[in-house]
Amino acid sequence: MMERADVVIVGGGASAAAAAWSLADTRMRIVCLEQGDWPEPERFPTTGRDWEVRQHTEFSTSPNQRRAAADYPINDDESPIKIINYNGVGGGTVLFGAHFPRFHPSDFRVRSLDGVADDWPLDYATLQPFYEENDRMMGISGLAGDPAYPPKQPQMPPLPLGRSGMALAKGFNALGWHWWPSDSAIATQEYEGRPACINLGLCTAGCAQGAKGSVDVTYWPAAVRAGVEVRTRCRVSQVLVNDEGFATGVLYFDADGIEQFQPAEVVIMAANGVGTPRIMLNSVSRLFPQGLANSSGLVGRNLMFHPCAYMVGIFDDEQDGYRGPHNWFASQEFYETDASRGFVRGYTLEGNRGSGPVRTAVDGMLAGALPLGEAHHEAFRRQFNRTTSLLVICEDLPEEHNRVTLDPDLTDSNGIPAPKIDYTISENSWRMLEHGRDRAIEALRAAGAVDVKGMVPIAPGGWHLMGTARMGADPERSVVNEWGRSHDVKNLFIIDGSIFVTSAGVNPTPTIQALALYIADQMKQRLANLFD
Amino acid sequence: MKHLTPSEYEALRRLAGRMIPSSERYGVPGADDPAIFERIATTLCEREVPLSGLLSAMSPGDLEEAALDEVASALGAADPDAYRAVLTALAQCYYRDDRVMRALGMEPRPPFPGGFEVAEGDWSVLEQVRRRPSLWRPV
Repeated sequence: MMERADVVIVGGGASAAAAAWSLADTRMRIVCLEQGDWPEPERFPTTGRDWEVRQHTEFSTSPNQRRAAADYPINDDESPIKIINYNGVGGGTVLFGAHFPRFHPSDFRVRSLDGVADDWPLDYATLQPFYEENDRMMGISGLAGDPAYPPKQPQMPPLPLGRSGMALAKGFNALGWHWWPSDSAIATQEYEGRPACINLGLCTAGCAQGAKGSVDVTYWPAAVRAGVEVRTRCRVSQVLVNDEGFATGVLYFDADGIEQFQPAEVVIMAANGVGTPRIMLNSVSRLFPQGLANSSGLVGRNLMFHPCAYMVGIFDDEQDGYRGPHNWFASQEFYETDASRGFVRGYTLEGNRGSGPVRTAVDGMLAGALPLGEAHHEAFRRQFNRTTSLLVICEDLPEEHNRVTLDPDLTDSNGIPAPKIDYTISENSWRMLEHGRDRAIEALRAAGAVDVKGMVPIAPGGWHLMGTARMGADPERSVVNEWGRSHDVKNLFIIDGSIFVTSAGVNPTPTIQALALYIADQMKQRLANLFD
Repeated sequence: MKHLTPSEYEALRRLAGRMIPSSERYGVPGADDPAIFERIATTLCEREVPLSGLLSAMSPGDLEEAALDEVASALGAADPDAYRAVLTALAQCYYRDDRVMRALGMEPRPPFPGGFEVAEGDWSVLEQVRRRPSLWRPV
């Protein structure tokens, strides 16, 4: 039998790394089980001539397309939004755009303010010190003074505005709308051993330079130095419990496909909003016949994405194109609820620079926006390096019918049932998407775009996976309590996006990590009576 | 890996050349250029794209005379997945060719380690926003 761990963490992504680093100062024996490997930056697409092709094949954000050994299949046929993720040390941060916005204070009080969904059992002020600690660890570039947020202070200057930023600024200023340089986990000057960004462009295919703050280069090295063990190519299938209802450890398949048992005093789930409910639903026992810690019946339910629209403006003047980090500009003019818009809650408009020649051609030709034949070359040159885009990222509200279950037939390479996604976009989200689409068109036109095309919603847009093991004070209405401990299993914690009560209208990683640090801090403060 | 028969190879090469022809004006080869097309054919074979249905939907006239829009519509209707795969491979292989990249003003090199320049911009454009009152809701 394996040596007993004090803490076993399932998953090696954003939340796992933050919690492991925080808990390491307790000197407990902490083991992280990650189904993938450590990323190899020298293999990232931007190191080769075929960078644009490899971004969409072996470094695709879709596990169903990527089909790497570390990936598990996901049946998302019954969802208009398809799941994307990355399985490896660093998790989704390896392929994220590093856009790093916090929630707003109002995001934690949705029921009180707008009469929908539920309030969170904690608030912005509670998380603020953990947001700040997380920013220091991740290394954030940005600019203080954003009127859309309470005061905060990034570590580094913002990413360059560039031609695309100047165009968008012109448009938003003409309309009198808010915009601000985004907080971004990308170094703009040397920071904790990370070099300043040299504008490789493909942040979402891994940063070969190491300027991007994925947790394999931020938290994990510090956690490993502090004694945390990261065990790779270990795919967890189940959490086991004893007759007293305590977790005893986890079953996993090692790199050779051999089933192992890792005993532990505490189990922390950090496998993302799809991976975590998958494992919990697969952890069926006499005490938990509907899945682990599922007395509420809410494990896997309330799945939230951020439904997104993507509007591409075509300009006469050259824009930044394929150069530079793509997420560097954000508007929250339409973030807070305004009942006159016909929906509750709101959205962020995120600037996106352009695309490389291959992506420009593939997208244009498949959409019929680029002609074939003699007219192709001129039309291509009117688009290549002449686009700047806006992403409309909408707050999704929790609905129990949107859920993760186990597919009855599909399994991964170890025979573990694959997750099945059932999801529909709500009427509120549709109205928000349409409003955002129209505002994006207006802004791009005001910025000087001569034509605007787009996609509503983005099908391969399931970046943010939230809500499937929500937190709350009521055991009948939530899976974990207000500090991340399972209501049903007193030594089981969940720290990833599963515990979100609502989704807000921003990228979730800073809040996932702030919550992980907060929960780790709560655990440390309660070590003497953690299981009471 | 799949293989194309000589007739399939030739039919696909002529189709590629019609879809992205050479251009003296822009100084670029067509997608039927031997080096570019060999890469396209290899890519389609590596990806095991089933092309027989698509190619059988083409008549000899499609390769020479028929309006390209009509040919494209017919091919897309005959086998949408294969047609998308052909367009994708065509774009992926054509636009990574050194000659094509140079004609677009790009250096034919990977992004790393050289990186690219992005203009800092003029931050005075933010002054208008700085003057706004806060717009987040206190709770």
